[in-house]
Amino acid sequence: MISIFQNYGGALLYGLGQTLLCSIIALIFALIIGSGFAILEVVPNKFLRIIAKIYIEVFRNIPLLVITMFFYVVIPMYIVEISGFVSGTIGLILYSSAFIAETVRSGIQSVDPGQMEGARANGLSFWQGMRYIVLPQAFRYVIPPLGNQFINLVKNSSVLAFVAGFDLMYQGNVIASDSLQSMSTYLCVGVLYLILTLPLSYYMRYLEKKLA
Amino acid sequence: MLTVLGAYSWINIRFLLEGAWVTILVSVCSIILSYIFGVILGIIRYVQIKYLSAIVGFVIDIIRNLPLILIIFFTYFGLPNIGFKPDPIWASVIAMAIFESAMVAEIVRAGIVSIPTGQMEGARSTGMSYWQALRYIILPQAIKNMIPAIVSQFISLVKDTSLATIIVLPDLMNHAQIIYGQNTNYTIPMFLALAVMYFIVCYSLSLLSQYLDHRLGTAKKSGEVEEVVQSAER
Repeated sequence: MISIFQNYGGALLYGLGQTLLCSIIALIFALIIGSGFAILEVVPNKFLRIIAKIYIEVFRNIPLLVITMFFYVVIPMYIVEISGFVSGTIGLILYSSAFIAETVRSGIQSVDPGQMEGARANGLSFWQGMRYIVLPQAFRYVIPPLGNQFINLVKNSSVLAFVAGFDLMYQGNVIASDSLQSMSTYLCVGVLYLILTLPLSYYMRYLEKKLA
Repeated sequence: MLTVLGAYSWINIRFLLEGAWVTILVSVCSIILSYIFGVILGIIRYVQIKYLSAIVGFVIDIIRNLPLILIIFFTYFGLPNIGFKPDPIWASVIAMAIFESAMVAEIVRAGIVSIPTGQMEGARSTGMSYWQALRYIILPQAIKNMIPAIVSQFISLVKDTSLATIIVLPDLMNHAQIIYGQNTNYTIPMFLALAVMYFIVCYSLSLLSQYLDHRLGTAKKSGEVEEVVQSAER
């Protein structure tokens, strides 16, 4: 294991950086899109609710790999040349945004409906009530589940290995076939993933206990 | 247009269905294994056996925080280094079972913790042993609470079987890739077919989970219940 770190440390660290970069980009966009669809799911307009519902159910029930491969294979074939990293990140954004939307929606619905009614009674519009009254309270509830979604996102970013995204998993495969020591290489890769996910996971458990 | 429709010829559909069969086979095998091991590990983690529970808990945390692809690679390419060489189907079943039983174990533990301690105290004070109380009082209630969570975990298991294409498991994803690899005109139809097939399986499972949620009365805060309540109030 140590020899793997010594010989291929640079490649592994590069992969770790790519994994982190992809996860953070995907998290930011998925949060924006996910929160948007979560709000659409609770607006009074039935048409918008149905659109949000369809988006969420479609992307929750199709494997991440199918979404990612679609962007890796079809988009460059017909529309525009994109790298594996970009297509992987787009796939991750779409997939995670559906899960984040569900999380945020349950957060919004856990806020007492009286809050919105009070806001409306005070003359705020629906969107103002959402923005200033409901969402700040909802986000407090959803921080631990959102943290878990981020952990899932980091783990799911390993799908970049399928599309030559040069992430940690991809580097792991390259090193495994180069060094012929698959077992210790994958152990190293596992340790690096754990460095990213395990502290976050324990912190989220602590936060859950503290907020409960 | 005709070339696109040719993607859905009987030969291709049958080939896809063969892949779907492997996907279902692998999913069902790993669901059964991960349910059995998950419940056992979850109980071990809960009951605080000296050293054993702590070790099991730590291992569960580690597996839960690793990507499934890594575990699949590890079983398929790593294990032969120590003299155990499974074929793709067994490798993916083993990898899925390891990963998902850690997930299920965590759900089981959370389900047991959610039962009020009064239940255990009451059972003990009526003369049951610790294990009897766990078996007859706590577990039946806990399992009722956690069934929706377990079903949604199994939905992600079905989706995750697609990751095993990387070790050339002849599943749905792999067969679709073979078809559009032979004729690039079939790419979009194949992705459509993939999406539809996975969607049907996963969405019907998620409907099952919602139904169980209602049936078992655990849907205290779920959206549908609140909507019914609100429309009744109007």
